[in-house]
Amino acid sequence: MTATATSARSDLSELGRSETALRTFLHGLPGVDQVGAEQRAAQLGTRSIKTTAKAQAIDLAIRMVDLTTLEGADTPGKVRALAAKALRPDPADPSCPHVGAVCVYPAMVPHVAEVLAGSGVHLASVATAFPSGQAPLEVKLADTRAAVAAGADEIDMVINRGAFLAGRYSEVYDEIVATKSACGDAHLKVILETGELATYDNVRRASWLAMLAGGDFIKTSTGKVPVAATLPVTLVMLEAVRDFRAATGRQVGVKPAGGIKTTKDAIKYLVMVNETVGADWLDPDWFRFGASSLLNDLLMQRTKLTTGVYSGPDYFTLD
Amino acid sequence: MSERVAVRKTYKLFIGGKFPRSESGRSYLVQSANVSLASRKDARDAVVAARAAVKGWAGATAYNRGQILYRVAEMLEGRREQFVGLGVPADEVDAAVDRWVWYAGWSDKLPQVYGGANPVAGPYFNLSAPEPTGVVAVVAPEQPALLGLVSVIAPAIVTGNTVVVAASPAQPLAAVTLAEVLATSDLPGGVVNVLTGRLAETVPTLAAHMDVNAIDLTGVADAELAADLEVRAAENLKRVLRPAPAGHDWSADPGITRMTALLETKTVWHPKGV
Repeated sequence: MTATATSARSDLSELGRSETALRTFLHGLPGVDQVGAEQRAAQLGTRSIKTTAKAQAIDLAIRMVDLTTLEGADTPGKVRALAAKALRPDPADPSCPHVGAVCVYPAMVPHVAEVLAGSGVHLASVATAFPSGQAPLEVKLADTRAAVAAGADEIDMVINRGAFLAGRYSEVYDEIVATKSACGDAHLKVILETGELATYDNVRRASWLAMLAGGDFIKTSTGKVPVAATLPVTLVMLEAVRDFRAATGRQVGVKPAGGIKTTKDAIKYLVMVNETVGADWLDPDWFRFGASSLLNDLLMQRTKLTTGVYSGPDYFTLD
Repeated sequence: MSERVAVRKTYKLFIGGKFPRSESGRSYLVQSANVSLASRKDARDAVVAARAAVKGWAGATAYNRGQILYRVAEMLEGRREQFVGLGVPADEVDAAVDRWVWYAGWSDKLPQVYGGANPVAGPYFNLSAPEPTGVVAVVAPEQPALLGLVSVIAPAIVTGNTVVVAASPAQPLAAVTLAEVLATSDLPGGVVNVLTGRLAETVPTLAAHMDVNAIDLTGVADAELAADLEVRAAENLKRVLRPAPAGHDWSADPGITRMTALLETKTVWHPKGV
């Protein structure tokens, strides 16, 4: 991997100018050893994290949660309640940190913005015809601008998987670049929807493509397809951001989303981050969990550590 | 031909319809067998499994629950020889099967006996119906090994509760074998979970667990431990059944108190004449 990275150092910025150059570069990335990646991810998942280290991991994981609700049934009242929970996840314990961000649909952004104003909790909005991404570019950009105008400081966009899988890399690249410019100062998270990309090689290519086009974060999934974030996929993406920083000096964040429901899962991801890219990424600015039910499990485990007594779901809010 | 080597059995826990070893990997030697030594994490896992099973079990019709429990009695009958081989007297096995059938019959009758219509001063029907309380932790008595066990599990689950049973540390084989009966008799996974090992390790965790709704201390012989468990159970106002008095006669008619102690009452008002 590093060999590719160093040889690519000089001409990375030029890649977006031609379809051929982009294709040559992306297909020149070394293939992912599927068995090796899965075995490595499984092995890292066996680490045992206990007592004070566990307490630190839980607090870090809470700070990394993008508390998400992306339902057709979202109402202003529901997202306001969710935002209140983001500020003070455990009302019984003031030492509990706030979460990283709240993630909602663009129409719900103004309601959340009122609650979060000045709190330090980021406000993320999905945009670009989430979750399919199958809309004209103008519509996607208008979607993005509207979300930013309403107060979102992070935008979660979906890539055009149809174009990516058809091999039209420039089209995907140009869309990300256009969305990035529509974001203005807002951070751009690029959702690869790895469950639809079929192979780890495609995940590696899509990760590089998103980073080359200017994404600030790469995110695994929308949470709307059956296969969401998995440890091996996240491992491939972590390797990509590590190699990208080695090649360009720019650090990109990673956000696994969907299917992470327990504290144990979350800690496995944190172990993998530490072992793959190091402590530089162990920060809410560089690693996030897209999740909703994960937060309650983290809070229950946190309560267990502070009180010594196992807690139950009756004592935490549903949303 | 060489002599056949017998396959020896490891007695494992019963959690969520599966037979896992203890998460801690430990076991202990008792009744000439290797039995899993459950840790507090196994207790936690068992509560999670029991909680997950509440919705389906409490939501099943009383008729359906009764049929499933009757099926358990059928399977228990077929395992008679195995229990006798574990040292349970044959007449105790019979009594246990009969006890199980007796409780199975209560599934659709208890609401008539324990619920009913309340006369109120207004134009309303006022009806009270018993509802299961949820997850119940049960400490099984040491003797009689099978009849005592059946007499604490059956009344808890017949009404729709799910249970985590801490088997007697000295007599765990009957409990694990009963779990094998339950696993093969249509009882949904997680309705009964069995932990073997030291009471002092698992039961305080269950007593303090905020997601356990009631605790039955029948098998706790140590008065000091019982008092400590009651204090822990007070934190979330669990229903508590006190330890059985010494010399309790398990073969006597049990009455319905073991069932009613683990119930809540739902009362509904309905306008008349509309």
